[in-house]
Amino acid sequence: MLSAEAIAQIDRELTKYPPEHRQSAVISALRIVQAEQGWLSQENITDVAEYLGIPPIRALEVATFYNMFELKPVGKYKITVCTNISCMLRDCASIVQHLEKRLGITFGETTPDGKFTLREGECMGCCGGAPLFHINNTDMYEFLTPEKVDEILEGLK
Amino acid sequence: MPQIEIDGIPVEVEHGISIIEAADKLGIPIPRFCYHKKLSVAANCRMCLVQVEKFAKPLPACATPVSDGMKIFTRSKAAVEAQKSVMEFLLINHPLDCPICDQGGECDLQDLAVAYGSTKSRYTEEKRVVVNKNIGPLIATDMTRCIQCTRCVRFLKEVGGLMELGMINRTEHAEITAYIGKSVESELSGNIIDLCPVGALTSKPFRYSARGWELERRPAIAPHDGLGSHIEVHVKNGRVMRVVPREKESINECWLSDRDRFSYEGVNSPDRLTKPLLRRGDQWVETDWQSALEFAASRIKDTIARHGPDQIGMLISPHSTMEEGFLLKKIAKGIGCGNIDHRLRRSDYRLDGNFQGTPWLGCNLTDINQLDRILLIGSILRNEHPLLAHRFRCAVKYNEAELSLINPLGQDFLAPVAHKVITSPDGMVEMLLQVLKAVSTLERRLLCLCLPPALTRVMETVEVSETARAIAASLAGYGKTYDLISPRVGVFLGNLAQHHPRYAELYTLAEAIASLNGAVFGVLSETNNRVGLNLARAMPRRGALNARTMLEQPRKTYVLFNVEPEFDCHNGKMAADAMAAAECVIALTSYKSEALRDADVLLPIAPFTETSGTYTSMEGRVQSFAAANRPLGECRPGWKVLRVLGNLLGLEGFDYESSEQVKDEVFEGEAPSKVVWNRLNNNLRVLFDIEIRPPSMKLQRIGDIPLYQTDGTVRRAPSLQAAGKNCIGYVSMNGKDIQSAGLKPGTLVRVSQGGESVELPLRQDDRLASGCARVPLGPSTARLGDLFGEIRVEAIR
Ligand code: SF4
Ligand code: FES
Ligand code: FES
Repeated sequence: MLSAEAIAQIDRELTKYPPEHRQSAVISALRIVQAEQGWLSQENITDVAEYLGIPPIRALEVATFYNMFELKPVGKYKITVCTNISCMLRDCASIVQHLEKRLGITFGETTPDGKFTLREGECMGCCGGAPLFHINNTDMYEFLTPEKVDEILEGLK
Repeated sequence: MPQIEIDGIPVEVEHGISIIEAADKLGIPIPRFCYHKKLSVAANCRMCLVQVEKFAKPLPACATPVSDGMKIFTRSKAAVEAQKSVMEFLLINHPLDCPICDQGGECDLQDLAVAYGSTKSRYTEEKRVVVNKNIGPLIATDMTRCIQCTRCVRFLKEVGGLMELGMINRTEHAEITAYIGKSVESELSGNIIDLCPVGALTSKPFRYSARGWELERRPAIAPHDGLGSHIEVHVKNGRVMRVVPREKESINECWLSDRDRFSYEGVNSPDRLTKPLLRRGDQWVETDWQSALEFAASRIKDTIARHGPDQIGMLISPHSTMEEGFLLKKIAKGIGCGNIDHRLRRSDYRLDGNFQGTPWLGCNLTDINQLDRILLIGSILRNEHPLLAHRFRCAVKYNEAELSLINPLGQDFLAPVAHKVITSPDGMVEMLLQVLKAVSTLERRLLCLCLPPALTRVMETVEVSETARAIAASLAGYGKTYDLISPRVGVFLGNLAQHHPRYAELYTLAEAIASLNGAVFGVLSETNNRVGLNLARAMPRRGALNARTMLEQPRKTYVLFNVEPEFDCHNGKMAADAMAAAECVIALTSYKSEALRDADVLLPIAPFTETSGTYTSMEGRVQSFAAANRPLGECRPGWKVLRVLGNLLGLEGFDYESSEQVKDEVFEGEAPSKVVWNRLNNNLRVLFDIEIRPPSMKLQRIGDIPLYQTDGTVRRAPSLQAAGKNCIGYVSMNGKDIQSAGLKPGTLVRVSQGGESVELPLRQDDRLASGCARVPLGPSTARLGDLFGEIRVEAIR
């Protein structure tokens, strides 16, 4: 079941498209549900599909296509570090190394306390701020140094 | 029109077509995997790359429209190089397991790899493996072989009507799958076996049983749906191995419904009767044809001598060939018996004698796609004629047709329905009356004067509902701004309507509505050959008994032609009782059957694959076919058995040498097309009187015929039975009715009708008319009473 808040938000997205194209809101709807639940369970995907009136497989296609959608539970804070070319040239490796050491996990893993998940990301189109990562798909942190990373992580409760 | 040049051949082509279409027209081969002329263009396999002058890079022929002056090279060095590279890419992750792959020998990938592939692979890394999916009992998967062409996905979405497969993940992780835990349930699903260019999707029942090149391929006509689809029966060592569609654009395009594709399994069933059997006490003893036929003939003569020919009743399956129907009728006539019928599941025969001709579709199948306003009455179309449902969907999708449905139950049409009425069987009559009234009072229409006064009088007593008004406005074309002149309106009666206890009234009203709208008026064919058997006059003589009264007033002797009485008649119980009470039952049948327990002699006749004959489809297409296979055991084609029976009865004119001679006689030596042209006619001589009935307080049964229960052959096809297992063995009611009856969904309830009762699980179905209980025909419910009629559903104490 979608929550009332999620439905309200999805409805707002739906106003952006013609009524016969409810399918167009699928990415937004999945994003809204993920923001609320932390990840997308099969049930969430079915619910979104049903609400938009599209076949469930259509929603699953979208959910599996974009790697910002999580299909398994993740930590409270998901840190996605860009390792593409510009970030690589600006030594993102040291940032990754530092994160791995500090959190005791590598890409794709979650800390045992369920607080942090580490992910490898592709170019986020902000090469000017390399190296960088974002947290939970939304908060972007640029010009990272190991010290700055510590500071950020400390700030996360 | 653009002037182009392909491989040096100058040609003028239509505007807007793609390079691949132009090349196909010219017969110039361009390799392809994802392109299919009946599906949308995906352009994802890149196998069709060609070189086009003035373009630096090769272009996909399937996705590039032609333009004037284009010079295309399909075999130039650049083109072939591009095609070869694509092939190399496609083969990187392909397992190349052709020796153990069912597609081997008829695989596009194999063929094109021979033409474009390199003899050596340069790829030494690990290949990817994709987990197999279980998508149901009809289709086997080997997903590692998939090349992601998405033909299967597009077919189910665009033709099947429901996207049941999709491609999840991306890049090298992409894979085709049904939704988690789901299987593919489309009644057209088998077509993705044909579409899959590799061996990722293959036929489960056919799996590992033969190689394509070992099969003899025999053309035939589909034995179930009323379209007359063209099929090809594949035989190996005298056994039917599979059935595939033959392309026939104006009938089945290149598709086939699962029922017609997999029903051949029934022909190979262990139930097949291979020797004549005679009853001795409660034993069946094998006998030879001579004694069996002599026995049958003597019992018929005996009945005539002792009780008169009126004490004989003949029931023939509506799936029989025209020749069979004609000969049985000829025998009946010869012995002076008028009681013969093929309309076994009808309950209302009040229109007999009132038809001007043989009821038919009223138009051609291809005309359906062109309709823009449709009223479909009493039809679960996807079950009745899956491919016709596809044509209706096309009308809705591509022609923006407004579709209105009047039914006692709901089925997802898989296309937008403009107006949907779900009402009780009596309510259907009333709803049509309302629509008729609404149509006749629309301003443009002053035609109500043409209606008979009795009808006009009844009409005055009904009040027109909003929905009826909306349907009328839709039929009159109020929602359309164009093309109101040409009659692109259709009013059709489905199978459910034909089994309806007030069919005469539905028919009258539908005809009246159609004529006021200048619409095509059509009657769908209940089976593959209902129209043909009507043309062959396998029906009661005037005043004689029909399929129902023959059972209501039990006869001393019955002749059954491929009929399993309790499964194939409108009232299973009445049929079973009549057989049990009869002095003698002579059954010509392809199968041994518990339903024939009261027979005295069983004569093995050939099913559709082993006989020659003729079917007439619902659009009046007369199609003859030869036997695809020789008869099993001592089985004989039905027409031959009837011929000998005729001889043994001492009747004149039973000296046929071939089924063609019988056919000639059916058509009285005329060209079939001429006979069809003269005799197909849906008009009634006089419109039938309509009665207004107060709504019934008693629960009404809606006994639909599930997709895979239509006839004995389908009922014996294990894969189809597995696919349809959820559609039988239950009773459903809408939530409100369940509540007011104090029942609980999911529990077992007692369902009783006509003195029989069974326990069935209760399902809640809110798309069912109130006051109704849906009890589909099936093994557990066959011996209940009328398909439509009063029924009781109670809790089990
Ligand atoms: S399963 Fe067959 S038809 Fe479907 S995408 Fe794969 S190769 Fe194409
Ligand atoms: S490469 Fe890291 S943001 Fe572009
Ligand atoms: S056939 Fe053209 S890209 Fe596949």
